[in-house]
Amino acid sequence: MAEPLLSVRDLVVEFPTRRGTLRALDRVSFDIGEGEVLGMVGESGAGKSITGSAIIGLIDRPGRIAGGEIRLRGERIDTLPEDKLRRIRGKRIGMVFQDPLTSLNPLYTVAQQLIETIRTHLDVSEREARERAVALLDQVGIPAARRRIDDYPHHFSGGMRQRVVIALALAAEPELVIADEPTTALDVSVQAQIIDVLRDICADRGAAVMLITHDMGVIAETADRVAVLYAGRMAEIGPVRDVIKAAEHPYTSGLMGSIPTLAQTADRLTQIPGSMPRLDAIPQGCAFNPRCPRVMPHCRTDQPPLTPRAQGRQVACWLYAPAGAAHG
Amino acid sequence: MADALVQVQGLTRYFDVSKPWLNRVIEREPKAYLTAVADVSFDIRRGETFALVGESGSGKSTIAKMIVGLLEPSDGRILFDGQPMTGTDGAAMRKLRRRFQMIFQDPFASLNPRWRVGEIIAEPIRTFGLASGAEMRREVGRLLEVVGLGARDAAKFPHEFSGGQRQRIAIARALSSRPEFIVCDEPTSALDVSVQAQILNLMRDLQDEFGLTYLFISHDLSVVRHMANRIGVLYLGRLAEVADGKRLFTEPRHPYSRMLLDAVPDLEMSGRRRKRVEGEIPNPIDPPPGCAFHPRCPLVADRCRREIPQPVARGDGMAACFAVEEGRG
Repeated sequence: MAEPLLSVRDLVVEFPTRRGTLRALDRVSFDIGEGEVLGMVGESGAGKSITGSAIIGLIDRPGRIAGGEIRLRGERIDTLPEDKLRRIRGKRIGMVFQDPLTSLNPLYTVAQQLIETIRTHLDVSEREARERAVALLDQVGIPAARRRIDDYPHHFSGGMRQRVVIALALAAEPELVIADEPTTALDVSVQAQIIDVLRDICADRGAAVMLITHDMGVIAETADRVAVLYAGRMAEIGPVRDVIKAAEHPYTSGLMGSIPTLAQTADRLTQIPGSMPRLDAIPQGCAFNPRCPRVMPHCRTDQPPLTPRAQGRQVACWLYAPAGAAHG
Repeated sequence: MADALVQVQGLTRYFDVSKPWLNRVIEREPKAYLTAVADVSFDIRRGETFALVGESGSGKSTIAKMIVGLLEPSDGRILFDGQPMTGTDGAAMRKLRRRFQMIFQDPFASLNPRWRVGEIIAEPIRTFGLASGAEMRREVGRLLEVVGLGARDAAKFPHEFSGGQRQRIAIARALSSRPEFIVCDEPTSALDVSVQAQILNLMRDLQDEFGLTYLFISHDLSVVRHMANRIGVLYLGRLAEVADGKRLFTEPRHPYSRMLLDAVPDLEMSGRRRKRVEGEIPNPIDPPPGCAFHPRCPLVADRCRREIPQPVARGDGMAACFAVEEGRG
């Protein structure tokens, strides 16, 4: 593969607290290729959203990036000063968050917000920005875009608002869109529409997408590759079909078994005992070892490294790692 | 029906959403009502799991609240084991109350943070006078073990538990009055999938063990598929279809049921190209005339825009749709 669009290496994010430092991300590495859709899944607290925030430099204080590097087309962006970072955020990396109400300013019309975003990042006239804004709304499937553009966010339904947010994220023609649970607040029938819009419009413009979600179904339909996070660590990453159909990490296969599906007829769901550890109580060795059905003695002492497998898949599990290859 | 434990007949609920009196007078507006639930009828059979699915605003939680008596119906009635739940006086109602319980969606909001877990679980036991003293404490310990926690957890406070564990506590509390019927309002939608699987499995085990009857409310079709014997599909406060659990997924009758199924992301990766879902749920304050689904329906005809379709028995269930009725489906 040529140089990836985004490259994250050994990313560490820490939150200092009174009772010691919590490690929210522990040496997470992955790439996103040009125009690729990378799904990022995990349960609450696994570090999915933190990874997204770290990339755009929006980690809430006192949290901080404590190690590793993030490169956009080869250029380090994790060490950039705030003013330079602002030029990347919104311009080269667009963002779509879970709740469309909080990402839109209720006091401004959709037109004002779109035009402002376009003119901040692109050198165009007011009139041209407006034309672009109408075209964008049209592309994300807002009916009668020219008439509705002067409405306020509260005039739109939840699904329509999320379309506006997607239009905003794409306004400056970014190379990468980070979408953090973009459909979680929406009803199923609307969710399907938003996934279609997001996938189609990004494919159209060649923008890569980092899709953060807890919903494996959404990933299965949208992503090219999927990364599975567990307790702030990468458990498995690979082509979406391989990971979903033939998970290698015991956590991933447990997770897949625990999801009820429409086709399924089994009486009981496979369940993983226990729950994901809190950040202040991550067990020694592999973070998954207390819940793992295939745990071995050294899983309790040594953290497994991310080991390359076939088809560009990587798995962090001692079942696949060469002996003596402890991670750090 | 002889084996129906809960019978819901013509259940209707309006909410007054009018502006304040002065605004109405100045702006010359009439009172405004929102119909959250309209003329809903179904039976829940003893020992089964009956599920209600629907998107936001479909009225599923309003129905749940009316069944457990948290909301008064505007019209219609609910029979529990043949006895009407509205208009029943104090003592008889109290007897009835013991026999049904509810589990709520958010285990962070449904447990009193100032009470110890043991007190939370013991409250229904004490209220209904089922046990006291050491016997009550033993019962609380036993219930905690039934839901997969330990008897020692009775001394802890809710904040010491994770979301999944709290939902187990809520289930233990619901079981403590030895009910026959439990209304579960989105019991797993606040939980992560691996924890959801634990709770769903636990609920099934308890159903087998205690012969419970569930009303299971969810927006998640996959979860409903897993749990329910029979399913009612709600759209804007009306039942669109009632069907046997498996049949709904193999041969959905109502066009809305078909659309919902099409919208579920495909985890099987069968490469199924799903039909585009059209439109959004209309505002319940101003629903479309005729069949509420007609603006989004691929099978819409003139009649659908004027008349409201009535439920028509189909096999083991029913569908309220002119297209199904006229064989256009």
